[in-house]
Amino acid sequence: MPIEKHGHDHPKLSWWRTYVFATDHKTIGIQYGLTAMFFMFFGFGLMLLMRWQLAYSGKPVPLLGRLFGEDSAFFPDGIVMPEMYNQLGAMHGTIMVFMAIVPIVVGAFGNYMVPLQIGAPDRAFPRLNMARYWCYLVGGVIMLASFFAPGGAASSGWTSYAPLSVIATSGQTYWLIGMIGLITSSLLGGINFIVTIIQLRAKGLTFMRLPFFVWTQFVTAFLLVLAFPPLEAAAVLQLMDRLFDTSYFLPSGLVISGEILNVAGGGSALLWQHLFWFLAHPEVYVLILPPFGIVAEVIANNTRRPLWGYRSMVYSLVFLGFMSFVVWAHHMYLTGMGTALSAFFQTTTMIISIPSVVILTALVISLWGASIRFTVPMLFALAFLPMFAIGGLTGLPLGLNMPDIALHDTYYVIGHFHYVVAPGSTFGIFAGLYYWFPKITGRKMNETLGKLHFWPTLLFMNCVFMPMMIQGFAGVSRRLYDGGASYAHAQDVLYLNKFMTHSAFGLAFVQLFFIVNLFWSMKYGAKVSRNPWDGTSLEWAAPSPPLPHVNFESLPVAHRGPYEYSVPGENEDFTPQFQADKES
Amino acid sequence: MSKLLGIPLLASEHGGQIDQVNLLIHFIMLVLFVGWGSFFVYVLVRFRKSKNPTADYRGATGHTSSYLEVIVAIVEAVLLLGISIPFWAARIDTMPGPDTDPLHVRVVAQQFSWNIHYPGPDGIFGRSSVTLVDDQINPIGLDPDDPDGEDDITVINQLYLPVDRPAIIHLSTKDVIHCFSLTEFRVKQDMIPGMSIPVSFVPTMTTAMMREIQGDETRNFEIACAQLCGLAHYRMRGAVMVVQEDEFETWLAERLEEKREFEGDYL
Repeated sequence: MPIEKHGHDHPKLSWWRTYVFATDHKTIGIQYGLTAMFFMFFGFGLMLLMRWQLAYSGKPVPLLGRLFGEDSAFFPDGIVMPEMYNQLGAMHGTIMVFMAIVPIVVGAFGNYMVPLQIGAPDRAFPRLNMARYWCYLVGGVIMLASFFAPGGAASSGWTSYAPLSVIATSGQTYWLIGMIGLITSSLLGGINFIVTIIQLRAKGLTFMRLPFFVWTQFVTAFLLVLAFPPLEAAAVLQLMDRLFDTSYFLPSGLVISGEILNVAGGGSALLWQHLFWFLAHPEVYVLILPPFGIVAEVIANNTRRPLWGYRSMVYSLVFLGFMSFVVWAHHMYLTGMGTALSAFFQTTTMIISIPSVVILTALVISLWGASIRFTVPMLFALAFLPMFAIGGLTGLPLGLNMPDIALHDTYYVIGHFHYVVAPGSTFGIFAGLYYWFPKITGRKMNETLGKLHFWPTLLFMNCVFMPMMIQGFAGVSRRLYDGGASYAHAQDVLYLNKFMTHSAFGLAFVQLFFIVNLFWSMKYGAKVSRNPWDGTSLEWAAPSPPLPHVNFESLPVAHRGPYEYSVPGENEDFTPQFQADKES
Repeated sequence: MSKLLGIPLLASEHGGQIDQVNLLIHFIMLVLFVGWGSFFVYVLVRFRKSKNPTADYRGATGHTSSYLEVIVAIVEAVLLLGISIPFWAARIDTMPGPDTDPLHVRVVAQQFSWNIHYPGPDGIFGRSSVTLVDDQINPIGLDPDDPDGEDDITVINQLYLPVDRPAIIHLSTKDVIHCFSLTEFRVKQDMIPGMSIPVSFVPTMTTAMMREIQGDETRNFEIACAQLCGLAHYRMRGAVMVVQEDEFETWLAERLEEKREFEGDYL
């Protein structure tokens, strides 16, 4: 095997090549993880400022406010101004989606675990992998730098609907350039995943023996490669509208503040929405499919039995990937859509719910006959199920255009997608981190701190997002600087704003348990062997942490499916993929 | 159940249907979640390690889950084909016919107000042009040379409508995307630059009746902007005043008189 030989005489790399411009998928995975986690806490911080403003409108933010003088245009003495609020809203969404969740689930977990789970020494294109991280970092830094642009950061929502975004201050230009970096990064990563998974699978590892997590990354990679180019094109077009006076998204005859907008016109404002959502709906599945995969891994491991209906889960997953390309306009029912078009998108939306139901049901039925270990990763994986179920169910009234008339653009929508992404994707991420931390560091995270992290997080998440459903029912619109305080119909539910804000701050506080645990365990956590959870997939054949650049001492061979737990007649309750058959 | 969920007051003819469907769907969601959740909790308790130390390789057998998935699919199909699509075809795509004597009004949004344009006694909207727009005296750019526009009336942030008469509102915008949202009437429609999009509804409750129900003499039905449109998006608020037909005619006549006086002064 040429790869093995190559591995053993690997020259020692310089510090820069080892830690900064690294090509090892594991180092890049960790770089991604740490960078994205930083962005995630930053995006979370922006949200805390917004929640402060919604509960204590016009009052200075405690502590932080003192850092900003009274001369600050958007944040005088720590009081959030409308300019500031709109920036916070747009950047919170952008950061969380494009700079935090996707990079963590794909860039960090995918990068680190997929080669290990398929028994490969690295990704197919290690240099492309490095390029991808640096595109991401540059894109992310441009995004953060935009807060210092004249007029501040982008303020037209994470969706950047034209024409508002085209006439916005220069922060929007930074946003578009930053997006180009982030999208390029995702494209490079997507190609790399597809090639890696097809080409570098270990001997004997057929597609139907792939761990479900690898399947989710495989489908996700196709979504990234096929859905991102339209948004990249759209971002370039919007950049041209802003910088070179083209009118791709500007119709003729716009009058802004009493002045006729001096552009050629003839463009379409809705074109942006179509291009944006053509990406952004598959993007939703990019946010949720890899966490599905993580949850499946953790559930199989902690139920000590095979996943129920593995094949139907895989087929559903692939179907879900296809369907995610034909539902995008369900975000646009109220843009003047007629019966025929909206009927099509409603139908596809209802159809796409079926494979989601299949996967979720299979995961729950997998618990039947199990011997459930309530470890910290398992707690997060289990909590993911009902939280995602709430997120999925609340999508039902929004996916049908008739009830959508009442709920569209209200806090109900915010509650809905946060249930999918916050206690959904994030719980998947936490489950994965607690589960694979021993593989990455050779040490285990602390269980007690983990439980202190889990229970209040679950509680506070619900206290933040459930009241949004109530506000949405009352008709409170989203993206309002004062949280709807000036509207009569919002008066009865305004009291919830304080409750949600306090819960959000509580949520922030209990993350300290996680941060302390993460760093403390890196240094002082209990040392573990290569297979501390008695797992079955190939990553557990590698040392903890896996060897630099080659991962395994010798490349593993897969002898069976990924979840052979509690096989009748075996001595142990797990039969790893890499364990040779008894006869041979 | 509407009370329980905090669904806002209803003041239009078609809104009841939307509320009923919304309640129905949430009832279905609740049944699914409670049923599914009970099963979930049951298996967590029954198959915990201390209770069930050895896992079963084969696990669940039987087809209950397939039946459940088929039921979900059927329920969704019924909601879709039986309710949502026909509703949209009948209400959103079809405007009230001339036999119902609908009132036509234009609403032209701008950052951050609502320009309301009535065609006046002749029932024909006058021509308007962006080159004539003047935010102070002619916000929608009405052409003074067009005889059809001579009796037109424009007001800001006050949409007067007669009760129990269908209103067809033609929505457009001068600058960015706005969203015309009338919570109590269950009307919501984006306003897209370069497009004129009609919505229709029949108000069934006057402002006076609503104030009596709410016990608030100053409360209005409100026009909210539901699509982020800039800095003052949060206070882009208008009022819908629903009055009796005769009051409406009087109000229109007064506005027309005001307009004539104003033009007399101005010219």
